[in-house]
Amino acid sequence: MSDHDQMAQEATARIAASEDLTALEALRVEYLGKHGSVSALLKTLGKMSPEERQEKAPAIQGLRQTVADALASRKAELEAAELEERLASETLDLTLPAGAGPKGSIHPVSQVMDELAEIFADLGFAVATGPEIEDDWYNFTALNMPESHPARAMHDTFYFPDPAPKGGKMLLRTHTSPVQIRTMMDKGAPVRIIAPGRVYRSDSDATHTPMFHQIEGLVIDRDIHLGHLKWTLETFLKAFFETEDIVLRLRPSYFPFTEPSVEVDVGFAIENGKRILGGSGDEPGHGWMELLGSGMVNRRVIEFAGLDPDEWQGFAFGVGVDRLAMLKYGMDDLRAFFDGDTRWLEHYGFSALSQPTLSAGVGERA
Amino acid sequence: MKFSLEWLRYFLETEASVSEIAAKLNAIGIEVEDIEDPADRLEGFRVAEVLSAKPHPDADRLQVLTVNTGEGDPLQVVCGAPNARAGMKGVLGLPGAEVPVNGMKLRKSEIRGVESNGMMCSVRELELGEDHDGIIELPEDAPVGESFADYHGASPVFDVAITPNRPDCMGVYGIARDLAAAGMGTLKPLREHEIEAAFPCPVEIRTDDPEGCPAFYGRVIRGVTNGESPAWMQKRLLAAGQRPISALVDITNYMMLAFGRPAHVYDLAKLSGPVVARRAKDGEQVLALNEKTYTLDSSMTVIADDNGVHDIAGIMGGEDSSVQPGTTDVLLEIAYFDPERIGVTGRKLGIATDARTRFERGVDPAWLEEGLESLTSLIQRFCGGEASEIVRAGTPPTEPKVIAFDPGLTQRLGGVDVPEDEQKRILEALDFEVGAAWQVTCPLRRHDIEGPADLVEEVVRIHGLDNVESVALPRADGVARPTATPMQALERRLRRAAAARGLNEAVTWSFLPTGQAEHFAGEDPLWVLDNPISEDMKAMRPSLVPGLLSAAKRNSDRGAASSRLFEIGRRYLRARDGSSDEHSTLCVLLAGEKTPRGWNNGKAAMFDAFDGKAEAEALLAEAGAPVDKLMVMGEAGAQFHPGQSATLRLGPKNVLARFGALHPTILDAFDIDGPVVAVEIYLDAIPAKKGKQGFEKPDFAPPALQSVMRDFAFLVPKGLAAGDLLRAVKGADKANIVDARVFDVFEGQGVPEGKKSVAIEVTLQPSEKSFKDEDLKAISDKVVAAAAKQGAELRG
Repeated sequence: MSDHDQMAQEATARIAASEDLTALEALRVEYLGKHGSVSALLKTLGKMSPEERQEKAPAIQGLRQTVADALASRKAELEAAELEERLASETLDLTLPAGAGPKGSIHPVSQVMDELAEIFADLGFAVATGPEIEDDWYNFTALNMPESHPARAMHDTFYFPDPAPKGGKMLLRTHTSPVQIRTMMDKGAPVRIIAPGRVYRSDSDATHTPMFHQIEGLVIDRDIHLGHLKWTLETFLKAFFETEDIVLRLRPSYFPFTEPSVEVDVGFAIENGKRILGGSGDEPGHGWMELLGSGMVNRRVIEFAGLDPDEWQGFAFGVGVDRLAMLKYGMDDLRAFFDGDTRWLEHYGFSALSQPTLSAGVGERA
Repeated sequence: MKFSLEWLRYFLETEASVSEIAAKLNAIGIEVEDIEDPADRLEGFRVAEVLSAKPHPDADRLQVLTVNTGEGDPLQVVCGAPNARAGMKGVLGLPGAEVPVNGMKLRKSEIRGVESNGMMCSVRELELGEDHDGIIELPEDAPVGESFADYHGASPVFDVAITPNRPDCMGVYGIARDLAAAGMGTLKPLREHEIEAAFPCPVEIRTDDPEGCPAFYGRVIRGVTNGESPAWMQKRLLAAGQRPISALVDITNYMMLAFGRPAHVYDLAKLSGPVVARRAKDGEQVLALNEKTYTLDSSMTVIADDNGVHDIAGIMGGEDSSVQPGTTDVLLEIAYFDPERIGVTGRKLGIATDARTRFERGVDPAWLEEGLESLTSLIQRFCGGEASEIVRAGTPPTEPKVIAFDPGLTQRLGGVDVPEDEQKRILEALDFEVGAAWQVTCPLRRHDIEGPADLVEEVVRIHGLDNVESVALPRADGVARPTATPMQALERRLRRAAAARGLNEAVTWSFLPTGQAEHFAGEDPLWVLDNPISEDMKAMRPSLVPGLLSAAKRNSDRGAASSRLFEIGRRYLRARDGSSDEHSTLCVLLAGEKTPRGWNNGKAAMFDAFDGKAEAEALLAEAGAPVDKLMVMGEAGAQFHPGQSATLRLGPKNVLARFGALHPTILDAFDIDGPVVAVEIYLDAIPAKKGKQGFEKPDFAPPALQSVMRDFAFLVPKGLAAGDLLRAVKGADKANIVDARVFDVFEGQGVPEGKKSVAIEVTLQPSEKSFKDEDLKAISDKVVAAAAKQGAELRG
C-alpha cells in the first residue's frame, strides 16, 4: 500500500468518525485547508518535472478527491441528523385546540323574509315598505274601518297620545295593510307588491307577542279575481315549504278591507308533538290551522287610495312571518324570537352564506 | 257562540251528521272552533230505579240502596242524598264512568264497610245545573236501563265564531237559514203568534233620543209567575253556556240566542212615570245588573223613568228594576238602537255583553213587532199573565237597500261561473229579493251588504269556495326582474356581512322601558304609548343599543362570557310635522370577552373601542361607503365613554356611524358588567352611488415600478390625534405618497414629558422612472414639513 493510499484510508476513517460539523470542519482544514496535508501534496506537483508529475499526479489528485468526497458525504449526514434533531424538538401537540373565530348567524325572521322575497320576486312582486308608527287614517279609515267600526276594537291597538298631523290618532300599525294604501297612492295601478315588516297588537302569550312580523301581498290590475288569489297562495306556500303536499282550506270570512274575504287554513299532521304541514286537515290525526287572511280588495279601499274601483280590482293577503318560520323550522315559542339569547340564535339561526336562492332551493334543510 | 244540534234541528229540518254540518258551517264562513259531545261525558251513566233504601249500619246520613239497572241483578249502592228512596228513578254512574264535574273515575268500593257499586248523581255532578241538594229525580216513565245521555237528549254542541259583519247569525235561527241556503236542509217557518191584548198599555213609552234610539216598542204583562223556565229551554241555554236564572230572564236570553234579538224585561212595580229613551245627563249614575255603578255622560242613550236610569240602552240593564222571583207585573222592551252609539258607549264604559255585541253590529230592524210578540208568547206560555196592547215609540229603519247586480260579476270578481238561476236561488234563500233586471233588494237585517261585491261573496260562499279554480297570475316575459330597493339590498348585504364577521343577529322589541329609552333619547321627544302592554314596553326605541344591551345582560346572567349581537331595524324619531320619522339602523353590541383565556394566549382579552371601530369600518366598507374619506370625530353621545368613543363622518355634518365603549353610568343603569362596546351605523346616511351604475369595473393598471418604503419617527404633543398627523403626512406629496400607516406609538423612557413618539411608514410610488436620491430627499422634506405644521418634529 502506497503512502497515498494509507493517507486516504486514515483520512476517510477520521472523517467518518467525526461527531459534528465543527470537528468535520477542523478535518477539512487539516486536509484541504491552505496549509492542509493534502493541499501540501498538491503543491508539490508544481515543482515536479512533467514526467514525474504525470506519474504522481493521478494518485495525489485521487487522494484529494477521496478526501473531498468523504467530507461532503459526512457533511450531508451530519446536517441531516441535525435537521432531524431540530425537527424533533419542534414537535407540537396538535391535540391542543386551534383558535376558533366566532360563528355568526342570521335570525330566522330575516331568513324567512329573504326566502319570501325570493319567491315573490319570481312571481313579479316588488317589495314595498311603510312606517310602523302610523295614523289611524292609513291603518283603519282608508281600509274601510271608520272610527266606530267594531273591528277596530278587535285589533288591540297601541295608541300614542300625540295627534296625527292630518288629524286623528297616531298608533302602531296593527297590520302591514297600510302599505297597500301608501303604495296605491304613490304608484297608482297596476300594483304587484309584498310589504314585509313589524306590526303590533296588544296581546301576549306563547303564540302571540305584542310585536310580530307580517308580509302583506297586494295585486291590483284590471281583471284579477279570486281564482288568482287562490293560485298565488297555493303557489307561494308550495314554494316556501318546498312540497306539493300542501292542502289549503279556504273559508269565507270577514275583513273590512276585502270583499269577498277568505281565510286560509292549511292541513297538518301531529308528529312527535309537532305540527307537520301536509295532507288534508280532515284526515285522521290531522287538523286545520289558520294561516292567513285574504280577499278581494274592497272597492272602498281602492277609492280611498285614489284609484277608480270600476277600472281596477285585485286581491290582498297578510301572513305572519314568525308563524311561517315556526312552522317551517320547528320553533314553538314565539317569545324566544325576541330575547336575543345567543344560544337560541346559534341554534335556530342560519349561516351568513345561506342566502336563499331559487336555484339552490329557498329553504335550508336541517 | 255555542248551540246544540238539537236546537239547530228545532229550526232546521236536516238529516245531516254533526261532521257534515260542521264542514258546511266552515265552508259558508261560520268557523267551527270546537264541537263537544256531552254524550262522551255521560258515558257510563244510565237511568236506574231504586228498589229499596235502608239506613247504613254505620253512618246516620248514608243509605244503602238496591238499584235496578235494567240488566242483571240489582246493584247495591251507598248514597248520601236525603231524597233517595225506594221507588224513585234517578241516574246511576257505573264503575268506570267519569264524573263530569270533577273527573273522578267511579269504581267498586266499600263505604264504611258496605260495598257500593256506583253512584247516584246530582244535577251538579253531571254539570247539568247548580242543584246539589239531592240526586236527580227522573219521571216515573223514564225507561230503566237506557243510557242517560240518550234519555236526557244530550246533544252535540257547536262552538262557532261569528264574524262581526254577521249579527244576523248571532242567533241559531240565522245560522239555520244560512245552512238551508247551502243545501243542509229546510228552514222551518217561525210560529205565528196571536196575542190577545187585554188592556191598553198603562205605561207611557217615548223616545226623546230618536238618534240613539230610533224605535222603542213595549207592552206590559200583568200577573206573571217568575218561576223556573221549562227544562228544554234550560237545556238549550246550558248548552249555549248560559246559566238558567229565572223564567223571565231565561226567556230573554233565549230570544237573544235563538234569534239574535236582545230584549229587556222591567219589574213594573219599580217603575214610575213614563219610560223614556233619552240621553244620560253628565254624571248621572246607574247601578247595573253586574252590581257595578257606572257614571254616564250625555253621549250615552239610556232608558229612564221619573226616578232615574233603568237601562244603559242596549248594553246592560239596571239592578233596581230587574225582575225577581216575586215579580208579578212586567214591562217588555224591544228597541232599535244606533249601532255606532252602542259601540262608543260600550267602549267608554268598558262593558262587553251579548246584547252590546248584537246591537253594536246591528239587529234586525224588521223584527221588532214579531220579536215582541214572540217574547210575549213565551212569557205567557211559561209565566202566565195578561198582555197589554203594544206601544210603539219611533220607527226603526225601514228603507231596504236595492243593489243593481250584474251576475257576471261573480265570474269577474269571484272567479267562478255560477249559473244565473243558481245565483238567484242562493240570494232568495238568504231572503234577498231578486227583481227584474237583477235589482236585488236586501233584507234589512243584512247591514253588511253594501254593494255588488257583497252579493258576489254571498253567492260564492254558498256555492262553495272549493269550486273556485286556481288561475295563474299573468307572468312577465323572461326571467324574474330584481325587485329589492337599494335600501333593502343594503340591509340584506350588511346582515350577511355582519353574520359572516361572527355576529349573531337578534331581533329585539321596538319598545323599551321609558327610563331606558330616555338614556338614549336625542332632541326629539320620545314616542310613548298611551296603552302599553306593560311598563317595560312603553317607549319606542330612539336607538337599538338598549335592546341589545338588555339581551347581552340576559346572556351574561345566563353565564355567557360574551355576547356579539347585531340587529338591523328602525329607530323611531319625529318628523317636523309630527309624523313618524323612522331610520334604518345597524347596531352591533360586543360585551365581555373578545377571546377567552387560552393555552396559547393566556388571559381572556376583553372587547375595547377598537373592536367597535373595526366593525364599523368593515361594515361601512361593505355598504359601499368611502371608508378612506371618513373622518374620525368626537361627540358620539353621552351614552358613550367620552374618551373611548367617536363618530365616523363624511364631512363634518354627516354622521355615518358612532362607536365606542359605553359609559359606565349606562352600564350601571342596565346592571351589566363592562366593558361593552357598541356601534350604530345609520344606513340612510350612507350616500348612494352616484350616476347610473354599469357592471364594468375600471381597468386593472398595476404600477410598472416597485414602490418604496420610508419610515419616519416623530415626536409630537401627547394630545395630537394620530389621525391628524397621518392625514398631514399623506397629503404632503399627493403625487408620490400612496399610503402611510402608523406602526408604532410610544411614550415613556427617552420621550420627553408631554410628548409621544409616533412612527409612520410611508409608501412612495414612482410613476415613470425610479426615484433618485434627491427625489427621495425632496419627498422626505415635504413629509417632515407637513408634520411640523401639526407640531411634530423628526426624532434624531
